[in-house]
Amino acid sequence: MSPAHYIALSAILFVIGGVGVLIRRNAIVIFMCVELMLNAANLAFVAFARMHHNLDGQVIAFFVMVVAAAEVVVGLAILMAMFRTRRSASVDDANLLKY
Amino acid sequence: MSGMQLHLVVAQSTASSNGEEVTFWLLAVLSVLAALGMIVARKAVHCAMLLAVVMLSLAVLYATQGAPFLAFVQVIVYTGAVLMLFLFVMMLVGVSASDSLVETIKGQRLAAGFAGIALVILLLATVGHAALGGVTRVGAAYGSANLTSIARLIFTKYVYAFEVTSALLITAALGAMVLAHRERTTPKPTQRELAKRRLAGAHPTPLPGPGTYARHNAVDRPALLPDGRVSELSVSPVVTGRRTGGPAEGPMLPAGRPAGARPATAPAALPTAPVAAQADPGHHDRANPPPDGEDGEDGEDGGVETP
Repeated sequence: MSPAHYIALSAILFVIGGVGVLIRRNAIVIFMCVELMLNAANLAFVAFARMHHNLDGQVIAFFVMVVAAAEVVVGLAILMAMFRTRRSASVDDANLLKY
Repeated sequence: MSGMQLHLVVAQSTASSNGEEVTFWLLAVLSVLAALGMIVARKAVHCAMLLAVVMLSLAVLYATQGAPFLAFVQVIVYTGAVLMLFLFVMMLVGVSASDSLVETIKGQRLAAGFAGIALVILLLATVGHAALGGVTRVGAAYGSANLTSIARLIFTKYVYAFEVTSALLITAALGAMVLAHRERTTPKPTQRELAKRRLAGAHPTPLPGPGTYARHNAVDRPALLPDGRVSELSVSPVVTGRRTGGPAEGPMLPAGRPAGARPATAPAALPTAPVAAQADPGHHDRANPPPDGEDGEDGEDGGVETP
């Protein structure tokens, strides 16, 4: 099993997450797509750690998970504040700075 | 985790690298399909479930790659905590707030698809040209010593990053508290005021529950009044807004009715409601409730909506 397989899977998942961020309108779903991208990057980290027989990659993946958890907490709180004022979770409705 | 069991079963019969291959291809197909379903699923709850599938398959892939600690962290932190947080916020925001898949910018989805295909071709070509070399067999540092080795790394080489992480977590918790906190702009209504408001409204009693006198008592079945008419007050507007039709066995409210709108006449096609020509003018909709019952609870948790 070559690490290239894992890296390729990680690349595909990353791109799917990116496309999801681009085409979805619901802020919660966009967040979930960002999580998918972070997970794909983690898979690449783990594959590289195995390839180099070096645990640094796994530690970095662990830190990515920690940062992602913190990001989700703050992001979802922002989203709730947004929903409270605009009554919508759509990113199209958050245009207060536009005018 | 069926992939893990399959991996074990296959590993007994053939070489272990073969089992890893089977696991990889099964989970790769599964996770890519789930990820694709995630970006096209209309309802946010379905997206969350498909994301859980992706995360669990990634956890199994971590385990097969000699990272059992990360596999467990993936299951506990990501699938357990982060995804539950997503579902929690989804329920707070309202599951009826579904995503409209209508393009607001013309051609955006096509452009995004092309950009995605271009990016995946670029990445795969890069991976294909890179000299990645073979994989070493899972060694000592990857077996039972995985946890101790990671702990040694975290607390020696990465100890500063680890300490900064604690600051980050505290900041995130404070930020979430500040952002999710709602300032009370009006004084909290007393019980006396709540009772007075309730009696002044049209409905001193609680709103009727669904399914009363009807043949089914599911939440989406409206209650029947004693004369056979349906009571629209008994069904939550969230349920009515989400209704997509389907075989109706009992009396149903008309499908696809927007939550806030009350039809001018009650549904005429009801077998149990032959005289359902007019709606009771005394009925209010739950979307615009009279100042009683639920409204009082709203005042309890605090704030005032923005005008």
